[in-house]
Amino acid sequence: MTKIIVVTSGKGGVGKTTTSASFAVGLAKHGYKTAVIDFDIGLRNLDLIMGCERRVVYDFVNVIRGEASLNQALIRDKHVNELFILPASQTRDKDALTTEGVAAVLEELSKTFDYIVCDSPAGIERGAQLAMYFADHALVVTNPEVSSVRDSDRMLGLLSSKTKRAEEGREPIKEHLILTRYSAKRVTSGDMLSIADVNDILAIPLLGVIPESQAVLRASNSGEPVILDTESDAGQAYADTVARFLGEELPHRFIEEKSSWLKRLLRFKEKETI
Amino acid sequence: MSIQDQLSKILHYFQRPQKTAKVAKERLQIIIAHERVERDKPDYLSLMQKDLLDVISKYVSINRDDVKIELDRQDGCSILELNVTLPNAGK
Repeated sequence: MTKIIVVTSGKGGVGKTTTSASFAVGLAKHGYKTAVIDFDIGLRNLDLIMGCERRVVYDFVNVIRGEASLNQALIRDKHVNELFILPASQTRDKDALTTEGVAAVLEELSKTFDYIVCDSPAGIERGAQLAMYFADHALVVTNPEVSSVRDSDRMLGLLSSKTKRAEEGREPIKEHLILTRYSAKRVTSGDMLSIADVNDILAIPLLGVIPESQAVLRASNSGEPVILDTESDAGQAYADTVARFLGEELPHRFIEEKSSWLKRLLRFKEKETI
Repeated sequence: MSIQDQLSKILHYFQRPQKTAKVAKERLQIIIAHERVERDKPDYLSLMQKDLLDVISKYVSINRDDVKIELDRQDGCSILELNVTLPNAGK
């Protein structure tokens, strides 16, 4: 049974495309046949993050309009087997995506793919609504920052009302929190919302914590999803996140500040005095 | 720089910095609780408020803020509460 996963956040720039790319690569590395679709019509970017921008011939909208077949538009990923990318179109036509068109593409993909990852655009317009409409799982990407948390809560509201599962009264979409750009150091110093803070507010299960990392920019510079940088903290955190999604029980890593014994001692004293 | 200024600077240095994350959490809890209530309201509520306002304005002159409309849910039963503040009869 094919699973459709939407990567959403409301706010822009929090790491939806980075997460979509790494998550899709991770699923494919586990041997699942995976397609990742860019729903950001007019502002295509998944192709750059996946490093296939020069191989785009046809796109999502061409397929919906019947100008190309799905097989012509799907780009085979060069990093892992079993992974295919369906790029967004650069058209400025806001109505290029239709519910029927998206339904038809997802249905055809469902015949052969195990997972379909839908990379949602920012905002709550049509692209974002259609990206989540058919989903079985939602990865809610959130930064430990006020505007991102608020927007994520807004998206949770939409997930529970404006989706096919909600409309048909079926079992609700499974929501997973992915906390990105997390800095243990700033949490310790009291200047960043902690995992517990965000959990208290959004109250959905935490799937992964991705630390703020230099590796993410390096990865997008070179068009290699960061999960492939197996030496990096962010890459390992994404690998853990995918494994957890597939049912493995793994502790969260990179969530504590690497501290010297002196600092730890000082903090211990601080706790004592409180 | 006066001695007082210097003293306050030194004091400031030793003060525990304000934990902004705590402020962020409190602000978020308040605004999100508010927004969750709003989002559970049916879409027609604001339209109905406008219509009611039009009807009432036909007879008395009131402001938009004088009409408050609330929907409460209690054990499977919804209560629509309409609160209209009428201007003083004397005026």
